[in-house]
Order: sequence, then structure tokens, then C-alpha cells
Amino acid sequence: MRITTDEVRATAELARLELTQEEIGSLERDLSAILAYMTDLSELDTTGVEPMTHAVPLFVRLREDVLGPQLDVATALADAPRSEGSFFEVPKIIEVSE
Amino acid sequence: MSVVNELMSATDPVAVIADAVRSKKVTALEVTEAYLARIAEHDGKLGCYYRVDQDGARALARNIDEKIARGEDPGLLAGVPIGVKDLLVTSGVETTAGSKILAGWIPPYDGTVVAKLKVAGAVLLGKLSMDEFAMGSSNETSAFGNVKNPWDVARVPGGSSGGSAASVAAGLCAASIGTDTGGSIRQPASLTGTIGIKPTYGRVSRYGVIAFASSLDQVGPFARSASDAALVLRAISGHDPHDSTSLPQSVPDWSSESSDPRGLRIGVPAEYFDHLDASIAAPVNAALKTLEAAGATLVPVKLPHTRYGVAAYYIVATAECSSNLARYDGIRYGLRVPADSLAAMYKKTRAAGFGPEVKRRIMLGTYALRSGYYDAYYRKAQQVRTLVKRDFDEAFRHCDVIAGPTSPQVAFKLGEKTADPLSMYLSDIYTIPCNLAGLPGMSIPCGFARPKDGGPELPVGLQLLAAPLAEGQIFRAARALQQRTDFHTRRPPEFA
Repeated sequence: MRITTDEVRATAELARLELTQEEIGSLERDLSAILAYMTDLSELDTTGVEPMTHAVPLFVRLREDVLGPQLDVATALADAPRSEGSFFEVPKIIEVSE
Repeated sequence: MSVVNELMSATDPVAVIADAVRSKKVTALEVTEAYLARIAEHDGKLGCYYRVDQDGARALARNIDEKIARGEDPGLLAGVPIGVKDLLVTSGVETTAGSKILAGWIPPYDGTVVAKLKVAGAVLLGKLSMDEFAMGSSNETSAFGNVKNPWDVARVPGGSSGGSAASVAAGLCAASIGTDTGGSIRQPASLTGTIGIKPTYGRVSRYGVIAFASSLDQVGPFARSASDAALVLRAISGHDPHDSTSLPQSVPDWSSESSDPRGLRIGVPAEYFDHLDASIAAPVNAALKTLEAAGATLVPVKLPHTRYGVAAYYIVATAECSSNLARYDGIRYGLRVPADSLAAMYKKTRAAGFGPEVKRRIMLGTYALRSGYYDAYYRKAQQVRTLVKRDFDEAFRHCDVIAGPTSPQVAFKLGEKTADPLSMYLSDIYTIPCNLAGLPGMSIPCGFARPKDGGPELPVGLQLLAAPLAEGQIFRAARALQQRTDFHTRRPPEFA
């Protein structure tokens, strides 16, 4: 099992990671070795085996829908790298065409 | 020896400190000052703590002393100094998960485990070092420095809860809190000669525990004795409305569990002993013989899918991590690398904030979840997870606990495995199946072995697994072993 440079780049794009040339090289090597090891699983016939999605059978218990203590705006924004007024500030995401 | 020093060097410091504080033999503040002084003296050599919260610890201690003076119940862990892995969110105290991407983050709330510790009267000494986002088996992926093993400072303490393990081994807290996704409590406990237990998935709330792999993550204590571990586990367990995966079952008093192993059926899986190095097999087998001589029955059991556990785990865990760590986007908290566009800001922030192992796992998980690969990797791994769980279901029809080695090796040297991620992953072979199946598991000291590459003798751990919610059986076997052996009472000579 070998992962190609293009696949590393495409996966990094999906994962929103900017990688250096050197990182791409070492990831190509490491991921290929790890994925090769993982292909051992294909030895197992799992036809008809239910996938296990969680450690315990989940009976999700919902809380009462009542208003509890909430963070106030100033506290919620206190750790934000950039904020303005009561908002988190991000780079412009809408292009306005002239 | 002063009264406080005697309490600190006890085999069960949690129990004796809580008792002495409650009965006014010492004050919580005296005990806290003694631990702070010990940290100041020794932690420079070990690097267990990212930060010591002296003011916070003293304030909690004074609060306990005042409660006692007023005649109020100071709680189960009255005045017991505890260290907490930096994966747990602490109000007003920087929490980093060992990552540059969270450096400087001051959480606005306490997670449930931390809140419960405070309610129980514990004194929180500070935040303990760990592998970045709990991804590692040696504590070497920490962005803020390694932890050294107190038994040999040239070696790793294990991971990812390396600081939690080493601090208990060196007496820099009475007990500590760690987390275990694939062995991150049990493996470092084994490598440092401490006791660590990962309870049944859902016993302990994950609210305020920074997520790595949500279907596997679980919180648990490190301690010097089984009874101390039982006390701390009891204090942090129980249903939490803030975690919909936390279990509704009531919390037993495990510290009063019997230490009589007569009639206890101990399952011994051949798969955990195949290719096991003789230096590890010898103390593990000796522990089994000790329990057998005391009246337990050894039962051969089969766990045929053990060898597929590591591959299945590293698919499930990395897939979940790639999803969980998507939240680090440079917007609401943590690091931000400015850029002209939102997409560029995400990529640059995450590139600068995450270390190599975290990037590797995000990449692996993202790859496994890509359309076209999902069935071959993620779905397949979840099916194998079912097979691993069925192995245990069948085995527990014939036994009450399963025993074997925690780790295939003693503590290895710093830097020895960092160049080969796969060899690091394979060191989790015995601990991973327990997480996949959601079982409780403990590592308890069972002897010592001399490492092949020289140096002093190092601790070996026995792993005890039980069926879901059957922690009591684990504590029973552990107490039985401790009554008949003294491995848990030995201290690293430099930090005795």
C-alpha cells in the first residue's frame, strides 16, 4: 500500500493543513508504512458483521430543556484571537463584485 | 520524620491524608505546602508539571481547613493534593492539551471531573505534562517538553499521561488524573510502577475533557495503591447531564472491595503471551501464580482478534481525531496565524499549531474517511471492533477478570522510537482492545525487569481487565495481589 504525493496533498487540503515539501515527503513515507500495516484487516472476513460505532450501546438521555447558566459575551470572547463588539472577527469571506 | 512527611511517603497517601486532615492531625494547608515544596525541589529533574497553581492550591486547602473548623463535611478527598493532566479543562488555569495551538488558553469553566474533585475536597496542585492531544505513548510529542521516568531519567515515563504517571511515582502529588484512549493511563502506569485504572466507558464524564477520539476516551486515576485509586475513581465517577454518553449506573464503593481472591476466575489469554519477552513474562506469570496460590483459578481464554486491534484502533481513533480537531480553526480561542482569506488562515494556523504526530494522525484519519476509502478502512475497522468486543464477551463467560502484561516492554530510552511511528503504535498492543470494547482496565505493579540496553531495573505492570461495569472484580484482584507482594511499595531511589 503506497500513498502518492498527490494523495498526501489532496488529504492535507481536506484537513486544512499547510504542509512543507519536507512534511509531504515524510508523511508519504510514514502513512504508506502505517496503511500497509492496516491492510492486515482485509484478511478478516467481516461479511454480515455489524460495525461498532460506540463503546457502549447508546441510549441517549436528553437533558431537560431549561435555561441554565451560560457564558456571558465578554467571557466567551475573552480568549478569541480577534474580536469586535460582540463578535469573533474573521478574514473577509464574501467577495463583493463591482 | 514529620507527620506530613510520613503521610506523603505512605503506600496509600490519599486515604491517610484525607483521614489526617479530617481528624485535624494536620491541616490541608500544611500538606499542600509540603507537596509544593517537594515539587519545587524535584520537578526540575522530571518535568511532570506544565504549571503549578500555587495560589489556587493554597486557596482550596484553606477552604477545606475552614470547612473543618466550622464542623462541615470536607469531602471524600479532604485536603488530598492531586495533579491533573492538561487535557482536562480548568477554570482560570491555562489548559493546553500539550499543544502550541492552545498555548495561553484560559478556560472559562471547570470540566465535570475537576468540579467533582473540588466538591470532594481535593487540592488541585497544577496541570501535568502529556503527549500533544494525548497522541503518543512516550510523552515525547508534548509541545512543552518531555517527562523523564523517575526510575531512570534517561527513559520515557510512557504516555500519553506521562506527567500523571511520573508525578505519582516520584511523590509529587498524592494521586493524579489521566486519560486513556488506547492505553494512555495503563501503559505509563506500567512503565513507572504506579497503579492506573481506566474505568468502563461512560463511568466518568467527558465534559471538559479535550476530545481526541470520543468513542474511546475515558478519564481515570493514577495512585500508589488499589484502595487509593478506588477512592479517587469513586469521587470522579457518576452520571453527568452534560455528557450524554455517561452511564446512569450508581457508583459502588470500590475501596471496600474484598481482597480475598478465593473463587475468582482469572482468564489468561494465550494471545497476550505469544512472543512476549521472557523478562516481562516472568513477573507477570509470578503474579498469576501468587493469585492462584491464594485461591484464584486460572482459566485459559481466547482473544483471537487481538492482533488486529492495533490496526483497527489506529483507523477508528485517527478518524475521530480528524473530526474532533477540526475545531481548532484560529477563531474562537487558541493560536491564530493571520492570513488574507479564511481558508489560508485555517491552513496556516493549523500548520503552525499542531506538532508532527498530531498532523500525522489528522492526515491518517482524514484519508481513512475520504469517499472511496471509507468502506475499506473506517467501516472495516468498526466491524473488526465488533469482533474484538465479541472475543471479550465470550471470554467473560468463563472468567471474572482477564490478566496479562500491560506493555510488551519496560520503559524505553528517550528518542528511541520517535523516528518510527508504527513501532510506537505497536507498543499499545495489549492496552488497545480494552478501549475498543469499552471495558475497565488497570495496570498494577507486578515486578521488575532489567532492560536489555543496560541501566537499573525497571517496573513491570500486570494488566487486569473486566466486563463492563465490573471494576469491582479488578479491585478485588488488585488488592489480593498487593496484600501478597510489595512491588507497589517500592520507590524510585532518587525520589524516595
